[in-house]
Amino acid sequence: MRKFVDLHLRAPIKDLYQVERMVRKSSELGYRLVGILVPPNITRDQINQLQHICSDAKIDFVTRVDFSPKTARELLHNLRRFRRKFEVISVTCTSKGVARQAAKDRRVDLLHFPATDLRKRFFDHAEAELASKALSSLEIEMAPLLLLTGFSRIRLLSRLRREVAIAERFKVPVTISSGATNEYLIRGPHDYAALTTLFDMPISSALCALSENPVAMVERNREKLSPNYVAPGIRVVGRKTGA
Amino acid sequence: MPKLVRRRYLALEVVSEQAVTERAVINAVWKAILQLFGEYGASQTDLSLIKADPERNYAVVRCSHKSLERTRASIASITEINGKPAVVHVIGVSGTLRALRKKVST
Repeated sequence: MRKFVDLHLRAPIKDLYQVERMVRKSSELGYRLVGILVPPNITRDQINQLQHICSDAKIDFVTRVDFSPKTARELLHNLRRFRRKFEVISVTCTSKGVARQAAKDRRVDLLHFPATDLRKRFFDHAEAELASKALSSLEIEMAPLLLLTGFSRIRLLSRLRREVAIAERFKVPVTISSGATNEYLIRGPHDYAALTTLFDMPISSALCALSENPVAMVERNREKLSPNYVAPGIRVVGRKTGA
Repeated sequence: MPKLVRRRYLALEVVSEQAVTERAVINAVWKAILQLFGEYGASQTDLSLIKADPERNYAVVRCSHKSLERTRASIASITEINGKPAVVHVIGVSGTLRALRKKVST
């Protein structure tokens, strides 16, 4: 049975009641792992509270942080500072320089592009080639697709169609997430898979983008963050105790 | 010999701040289909409301087997009913009403 994942709940972490409602809804709809967007300066206590809410709802919790740097230099600075503190790092690419740096950096997990400003969606062939070598995923957020109407939705669908085709050609993993700010914007995984047919994504690929791809990313990162990790393929299996 | 029409029954759960009538639910689904796929696409769905229980916020609709994903995408795109925030979740899909009842009750 597939383990469905929603890596992008934009729950207001100061309103724990709202967080709880969103997490419960996700659990009811069949998700087994959720990523809650947290600020980089979050305290350990706040993380523990979120962890507690998720374990009550019988759902696995992942800390996710978003960066939207103005320059590639700022991105590198943020990655150096926060990479080892959070399980998933997403970069909102607002300039081409940032997009290219994010795509080639192995510390970046998700490439995110603004849904409303289509001129800032820099996911083209060059970006895809860099991303495929660095194992970064292209993130597709579904909330804008539900909220936009008319011409803006048409343009977004058209752009997503192109990006998904490029990602498939260059074998860049795609991750589908809700980007929901309240429980009315959360849909079930099969409903999201049906919605992806609007931009010509096959149902099987959509289900992978909702389960296998994000699960592989989270497992890889958890392994890297574990104290026994040394390098890819090398880990500590035992420690000598006493002298 | 007439060709067998394959159909799919979808059990829906309506979540809204206000009570929603069965007419409002089916109108919202039709509106979403028309918005996403136009009149031609809507005509291919062969959509009809089978039953609705406004007290339990539960409804069953029927569509053609070929347009299942189209119908499901349209239902997922509903964000409001009668001007109030609402969401319609598909809680089960089946080829017969009996199987759907079994699936939803488990």
